[in-house]
Amino acid sequence: MEEGRGSGDLWSGIALALLGIYITAQACQWEYLGPEGPGPGFFPLWYGVGIVALSALLVISHLRRAPAAGKPVEWPRITRALSAWLALAVSVALFKTLGFVVSFALLCYFIVAAMYRRRLRTAAIFAVSAAAGFYLVFDVALGVSLPAGILGF
Amino acid sequence: MEILTGLLHGFAVAFEPSNLLWCFVGVFLGTVVGILPGLGPPATIAMLLPLTFSMNPAGAIIMLAGIYYGAKYGGSTTSILMNVPGESASVVTCIDGYQMAKKGRAGAALGIAAIASFVAGTVGVLGLMLVAPPLAKFALSFSSPEYFALMSLGLALVVLLAGRSIVKALLAALVGLWIASVGTDLFSTTSRFTFGRMELLSGIDFVVVAIGVFALGEVFSNMETREDATLIPMPKGIRNLLPTWQDMKDSRFAFLNGSVVGFLVGTLPGGGSTIASFLSYGLEKAVSRRKDQFGTGVIEGVAAPEGANNSETGGALVPLLTLGIPGSGTTAILLAALVLWGFKPGPLFIPEHPDLFWGLVASMYIGNVMLLVLNLPLVPLFAQVLRTPVYMLYPLILGVSMVGVYSASGSMFDLTLLMVFGLLGYLMRKLDYPAAPLILGLALGSGMERALRQSLMMSQGSLSILVSRPISAVMLALALLVLMIPLFGKFNAWRLRALEA
Repeated sequence: MEEGRGSGDLWSGIALALLGIYITAQACQWEYLGPEGPGPGFFPLWYGVGIVALSALLVISHLRRAPAAGKPVEWPRITRALSAWLALAVSVALFKTLGFVVSFALLCYFIVAAMYRRRLRTAAIFAVSAAAGFYLVFDVALGVSLPAGILGF
Repeated sequence: MEILTGLLHGFAVAFEPSNLLWCFVGVFLGTVVGILPGLGPPATIAMLLPLTFSMNPAGAIIMLAGIYYGAKYGGSTTSILMNVPGESASVVTCIDGYQMAKKGRAGAALGIAAIASFVAGTVGVLGLMLVAPPLAKFALSFSSPEYFALMSLGLALVVLLAGRSIVKALLAALVGLWIASVGTDLFSTTSRFTFGRMELLSGIDFVVVAIGVFALGEVFSNMETREDATLIPMPKGIRNLLPTWQDMKDSRFAFLNGSVVGFLVGTLPGGGSTIASFLSYGLEKAVSRRKDQFGTGVIEGVAAPEGANNSETGGALVPLLTLGIPGSGTTAILLAALVLWGFKPGPLFIPEHPDLFWGLVASMYIGNVMLLVLNLPLVPLFAQVLRTPVYMLYPLILGVSMVGVYSASGSMFDLTLLMVFGLLGYLMRKLDYPAAPLILGLALGSGMERALRQSLMMSQGSLSILVSRPISAVMLALALLVLMIPLFGKFNAWRLRALEA
């Protein structure tokens, strides 16, 4: 996990500071203390300020560290993980059109064939078996409804 | 007498055929999950949680708890055979366990791990049974200020021991509190942080965050590489798996040490099984006559940490069930499970739901016996799980995660949120932000806010109520002290050493 620490602390600190500012700004619009006690803005204001202060501390401690601290970012590894995330996101986006079964089969095929470089036949067999297995176990046996597409499943 | 009656009632519940089946399913799944590196109990419990909504709650909690403690049995297998911890609690087992395996004593190491787990796991359940009822009675005197202070202390302890950077752990906890605030404020009906989305008015489902951060984050992190570890051949036949009489004699203090240390650490929020096993190993080494041989394949170096991480389970369930305060990511998910099934863990949990509490306790005795039977003769079979290709395993986990979220709400919006939290979980791992404080902040967030606001309503807005009552004052002072530990060099060095383990 070292590789992310270099500029990662800086950028995550900035992102969290922005989140803290947003929370604080929102909380300021709600009642802080009313006649019946603390209002909806009371608790968020405190943790919002806490997020701003701690993220500022994170950014400052990063800036005060030697620039060479931390290992370089390993982009190929990150790209692989983000590809998997993107594939999953695309698969979810396709649920409304293709339904769970077909989208999940495509996701399995992509992961096995493209990400793990297995033979296309292996990928296809696994994709079809996994999707069919999910349909039989969850939809048919357990009665858990899966997102259906234009094909009706 | 009250405890004995409760336990007998618990056995009547646990011996119901369906509950026995769920207990077996839980410990079996737990063993498999424990063996598989990269898939931990929190991720598994989070994934399966939505599927339990239609189950009988007693069977469901028995199964989820079975996964929790079963994983700790399974984790030792991977540590001993591959020098890779199957789950975080088995990290310390790698030190001597793998060395024993390299010397051709893998069977004895696996055997002693199972026996130590059984002995200490049983002692942990005994501790839970004896400590929980009186603690619950004591907690009946708690009011909102004490609850707020207790939750603050729990969160502070988790923050302290969650990661190397206290700042990052605190930030994760505060973000968890923020996620818990999303939705309609129940005191004033004000919509907070909903970004104008109707779907967010009822808040963000705990299951979505837990599955996203734990399960998806873990899978994406593991998918960064295609590395496969090498497996040491398993010894054939049960004879090789049984430790010798000398091994048992050498481990007798380790059994006791693991049982006591594990239980005590478990009762502390933030302690966790990794810390328990590390402390138990350290203690075993400190009092051993052959301390210089630790790290070269000493049997008590396997027995002590394995015992501790199993006894810790019983300890961790004490604050969860009697105070409603989870001490780790996994127990936070168990808390959410109980709440989602309509129960309120706290001082009244045991008297109001004896079936659930005593049924769970009794099932843990039974589960430990099942695990001993499963882990001694069947370890070679379970080790085959390690041969499951990851290219098949990961898509299946992604599939179960999506089905789990969709089955809970039937909402496509929740699936979109799952993507967001999956990405967040991955980024947190990359940037070294611990996930446990976020999940705990989320689990405790609404309760903390409610307790704080009720306290201030009692005192007409004066914060002094939190420090004028002795129990809450002591707990808040302890929470402050805990958060200041990193400022003291010596204590911080101890904290970092514990985390290194």
